[in-house]
Amino acid sequence: MAGAVNLLVQSHPINSALSLIAVMASLAVEYLLLGAEFLMATQVIVYAGAIMVLFVITIMLLNAGKEERTRGSRVALLFGVPGVLAGALLIGWTIVVHSNTAAVPIGALKGDPHGIAQLLFHDFLLPFEVTSVLILIAIMGAVVLASRPEAVVRGARKDAE
Amino acid sequence: MVPLSYYLVLSGILFACGVLGFLIKRNIITIFMSIELMLNGVNLSFVAFAAQWHALSGQVFVFFVMVVAAAEATVGLAIIIAVYRTRETLNVDRVNLLKL
Repeated sequence: MAGAVNLLVQSHPINSALSLIAVMASLAVEYLLLGAEFLMATQVIVYAGAIMVLFVITIMLLNAGKEERTRGSRVALLFGVPGVLAGALLIGWTIVVHSNTAAVPIGALKGDPHGIAQLLFHDFLLPFEVTSVLILIAIMGAVVLASRPEAVVRGARKDAE
Repeated sequence: MVPLSYYLVLSGILFACGVLGFLIKRNIITIFMSIELMLNGVNLSFVAFAAQWHALSGQVFVFFVMVVAAAEATVGLAIIIAVYRTRETLNVDRVNLLKL
C-alpha cells in the first residue's frame, strides 16, 4: 500500500515504476498467504519480470523526465481526488459493515499447478485458446505500431512487387 | 487467519490508488502503470474470494487477467512509442490529435 501511494507521489516515472514493482512483490506474498502458490510464481514472472521490464525499457528509451503540471491536471486533481476518496470510503465501509468477517485460513486452498491445470485445460479450454489468439494479435499489433511508418510502407511495397 | 474483508479493503485501496493516478497523472507511462495497479487490485480480490469459497476458478480467472494485462501492456507501450516519435512528448494534454 505504501508502494501504491508512492507511485502517485513520485513525479519521475522511473520512481513510480520501482514502487509498482514493490506493489507487485507484496501482492505475490499475499497470494502465497492465500495458498495460491502457482499464481505467486506467475505474478513474479509475468508482472514483476515481463511487464515491468517493458515499462522500464520504454521509460529509458523515451528518456522520460519529470512530468509538468498543466491546467487539465489541476482540474482533475480538484474533482478527482474527493470523488475517488468518497467512492473508496463508501466501498470500504460497505465491505466492513456487510461482510461476515469470516477469516480465511492461511494456505487453506490448494492452489497447486495440478488443480489449476485441470481447470485451465479442461473446463476453460476455449477461453485459453482465445487468449492465445489475443496474444498473437497483440504481438503483431505491437510490431506494426512500434516500427517506423516508412518501414511499414516499404514492406508493403515490397509485397506488392 | 486474516478476515476476508481485510483483503477486500486492501484491494479496494489499490484500485482507488489506480483510479487516482489515472486521473491526476499527466505522464502517459505513469497512467499506464496506474491501469496495471487497478488490474492488480482486482486480481487480489479474485484470489481472496477464491480462497474464501474454495473454488479454484477464481485463480484461473486471475491467470486470464494477467494474460490480458500483458497483451494490453505490449500494445499500449507500442502506441506510446509511436506517439512519442511523432509528438516528442509524453504529456497527455499535448496529445490532442489522433492523426499523425
